[in-house]
Amino acid sequence: MMIVTPEELIILALCIPLLTALAIFLTDAWPNVREGFTLTGSVLLFFTVVALTPHILAGERPTLSLVEILPGLEISFTVEPLGMIFALVAATLWPINSLYSIGYMRGNNERKQTRFYIFFAIALSSVMGIAFAGNLLSLFIFYEVLTLSTYPLVTHAGHEKARNAGRVYLGILISTSIGLLLPAVIWVWYVAGTTDFTAGGILEGHISGPLLTLLAALFIFGIGKAAVMPTHRWLPAAMVAPTPVSALLHAVAVVKAGVFSVVKVVAYIFGLDLLKTAPGIEWLLYMACFTVVVASIIALQQDNLKKRLAYSTISQLSYVVMGALILAPLSLVGASLHIAVHAFGKITLFFAAGSIYTASKKTNISQLDGIGKRMPWTMIAFSIGAISMIALPPAAGFLSKWYLLLGASQEQQYMAMTVIVLSTLLNAAYFVPIIYAAFLKPEDPSKLNELKRDHKEAPLPMVIALTITAAATILLFLFPSTALELAKAVGVPI
Amino acid sequence: MINEHLPALQVVVPLLAAPVCFLILNNRLSWLFATLISWLCFAMAILLVIEVKDGTVLHYEFGGWAPPWGIEYSVDILNAYVLLIVSAIAAVVFPYSWKSIQKEIPESHHRIYFTAMMLCLAGLLGMTITGDAFNLFVLLEISSLSSYTLISLGSDRRALTASFQYLIMGTIGATFILIGVGLLYALTGTLNMADLATRIPELEGSRTLEAAFAFLIVGFGLKLAMFPLHLWLPNAYAFAPSAVSAFIGSTATKVAIYALLRFLYTVFGADFSFNYMQVHWLLMPLAIASFMFASLVAIFQDGIKRLLAYSSVAQIGYMLLGISLVNVTGLTGTLLHLFNHALMKGGLFLVLGAIAYRIGETRIKSVAGLGQAMPFTMGAFVVGALSLIGVPLTVGFISKWYLILATLEKGYWPVTVLIIISSLMAVVYTWRIIETAYFQQRPANAPTVKEAPLSLLIPAWTLIGANLYFGINSNLSTDLASSAAKMLMGFEL
Repeated sequence: MMIVTPEELIILALCIPLLTALAIFLTDAWPNVREGFTLTGSVLLFFTVVALTPHILAGERPTLSLVEILPGLEISFTVEPLGMIFALVAATLWPINSLYSIGYMRGNNERKQTRFYIFFAIALSSVMGIAFAGNLLSLFIFYEVLTLSTYPLVTHAGHEKARNAGRVYLGILISTSIGLLLPAVIWVWYVAGTTDFTAGGILEGHISGPLLTLLAALFIFGIGKAAVMPTHRWLPAAMVAPTPVSALLHAVAVVKAGVFSVVKVVAYIFGLDLLKTAPGIEWLLYMACFTVVVASIIALQQDNLKKRLAYSTISQLSYVVMGALILAPLSLVGASLHIAVHAFGKITLFFAAGSIYTASKKTNISQLDGIGKRMPWTMIAFSIGAISMIALPPAAGFLSKWYLLLGASQEQQYMAMTVIVLSTLLNAAYFVPIIYAAFLKPEDPSKLNELKRDHKEAPLPMVIALTITAAATILLFLFPSTALELAKAVGVPI
Repeated sequence: MINEHLPALQVVVPLLAAPVCFLILNNRLSWLFATLISWLCFAMAILLVIEVKDGTVLHYEFGGWAPPWGIEYSVDILNAYVLLIVSAIAAVVFPYSWKSIQKEIPESHHRIYFTAMMLCLAGLLGMTITGDAFNLFVLLEISSLSSYTLISLGSDRRALTASFQYLIMGTIGATFILIGVGLLYALTGTLNMADLATRIPELEGSRTLEAAFAFLIVGFGLKLAMFPLHLWLPNAYAFAPSAVSAFIGSTATKVAIYALLRFLYTVFGADFSFNYMQVHWLLMPLAIASFMFASLVAIFQDGIKRLLAYSSVAQIGYMLLGISLVNVTGLTGTLLHLFNHALMKGGLFLVLGAIAYRIGETRIKSVAGLGQAMPFTMGAFVVGALSLIGVPLTVGFISKWYLILATLEKGYWPVTVLIIISSLMAVVYTWRIIETAYFQQRPANAPTVKEAPLSLLIPAWTLIGANLYFGINSNLSTDLASSAAKMLMGFEL
């Protein structure tokens, strides 16, 4: 077998999606070949990232520098456990999502499919860049590339509504990143003389007191992709995108890029011990708590299924932010795990929503009575995803919440513990009625959509995709060892 | 042998080429000749940069007359760097001109166009390279008079009033500069900058010296369009032919900034300018007003050229801000932005020229649907716009990085915030155009549009591509800019 060094694997992980984008561009005229390239590229990326995992588990931290943008500031990559988790999640879900996309885009006769697949691939490349970024500047660059490359996907439909949504999307993400995140990055560079991610942080002795809290706030709100209120409005707006985009990008890749960056900054720029000395830092934690509860309450009031999922995502993202800001090693494990766990659960839910739409053109929860009999696979997968959100065994959601609670109790953050419990109840309140209606209520003929009076399951590729992710949600609960091992190594110096 | 005459040739070649452009009766030959000369100028600028890169200063005595009696040209890193910017833009705009002026300027005026462009180039290069204060005024007038001509060549009748307005304002500015130089001569009896620099410290406290300083600041402030002396600029850029907007927009104000720096640091000396006259407290509020006010006004423009013109006023504000911070990082930021802004604004104006070539106008409304019809042109526009905003991997980011770092070093928090707000306003004004181009359909009755011809696309993409190249690998520009900044501030290289 060919021996590939971990450094070469990093290059491969960045380049495979880009080459895929190029191949898709060149095969515009032959849709089957084009989709072949998407699938091949995504599977290759998956194996590349998987091949990198043993190296990280063995304690290696492969590093690679590309170019020096400014004196002393390079675009560089370092793979550490947290980035590994994020990259693994994205690379595992891309092939499944591609399969699903093919079913969805063809099933709904979407326009401009080539452009869709190209920007999707570019977005994945920037996700890899974010996951493996070796310093804040590289992270910032790929963060911006991700925003820009997903903009055409959000506005894919091209109509007035999509355009307005695109404006909100770009408006919030660009203004927070340039307005808050960039100054924070420059500030770090100014005080510490470096922006390299280092386990334990780089700011010790360089900044303290209220300024430290201010810097932390610039990061938390500047990383708009983490959707801590009040920077969350872009997420529901982005739901006008085709469902595969909502599923992989706005439930997994983009939002996880946000919370990933938050955890990364807390663990590798500030360091837990330093942040504990920041006066008033608990107020940032309370903002995350507030987001968890309020977003859940808003989700409860949504009838549009995708909107409800979007608000649920906002609430779940703030779990990760909470996990980072509780400032306990155990809650950091919980936060890192939740990045993976929530990804599998939420993509299943979005897949189910898209599958319902493709089969029946239904978008609202009130129309779903009795749909479980027509679409059993979809709705069983949906139920598994929902159970994971509520955090009940045997779904993986239980694991991350367990660690979050452990960390919170260790630090005696009673507020955070209360919020986790309360939000579990709220999660149950907005998911269980859907499951109940789908399986136990009789179908109401008056609510059947005129166009699709009689429908069955969605196209096969979509059903396969959501079955895989639902199964993965359970498997991750049963065999969590790799994920746990990685999560426990986050922020720990070798 | 030829090498030692390089500083003189850098100016003399385009100056002599200008009448030749007019005497060649064939338009196309005239253009080819002008293009060739512009490339030659670029090559000479590169050679000069290589020679002075290590900190040596070249001196050239015109006609063998020793300074301070004769005119002296002296080349250090700072002016070699500015020569490089000016000649590089010329080397791209001249080849572009041929196709671009076909539809914008009547054929009978083509030779006038090339002659005036060549004169303008010679004037700007001369202003940059000369070591003589009066010579600087003369060359400033050469470049200004030729640019009045160039602007009046615009196809819109309003180009004439724009040109006239610029003529009046420009002449007032030039007169102020002349008065300033005259006062200095009266005080010291010399016009040589190096000589002036040695004599001025003895005169500290002289009211006449202070008056000379004030006249020069206001004069250059007018030429570089410092708020509130910028009023001539939007009309001039908006109504000039596209190639002229690109050339003047990315070089003329830069050279004026260079001249301001030369007077502040070399002639008057940092001590007099900043400690005694405290000029930074004048420049900073005006700089901030420039970028805040102009960015805001740019949001409400309907014409893209006028919008970019206001954006230029804002960018000049950033450059002045860097000067007013009086630290190496800020000055580096200013010098970097001279280079970077030339690349972005030059590129964007060339893109607009390509749009004007195809659809005959450049109002925001008129670009609807061009995202599909002219993908390469609009793609270039998007990259240029990102650079204007300051997105990483473009040169705009590099400039912003240095500027923000400089304000942090000084501890001027509110200024940092204002820079960021102004950048966000750039998002708004560029995105209006991009959205129109990509999301609105061309009106049903509009004629179909093809992609712009390669002879326009290649120059435009050369500058736009440079935005990316120097945004990713900024070694060349940051090295030159920071050495020049250190040299001005008197640090050892």
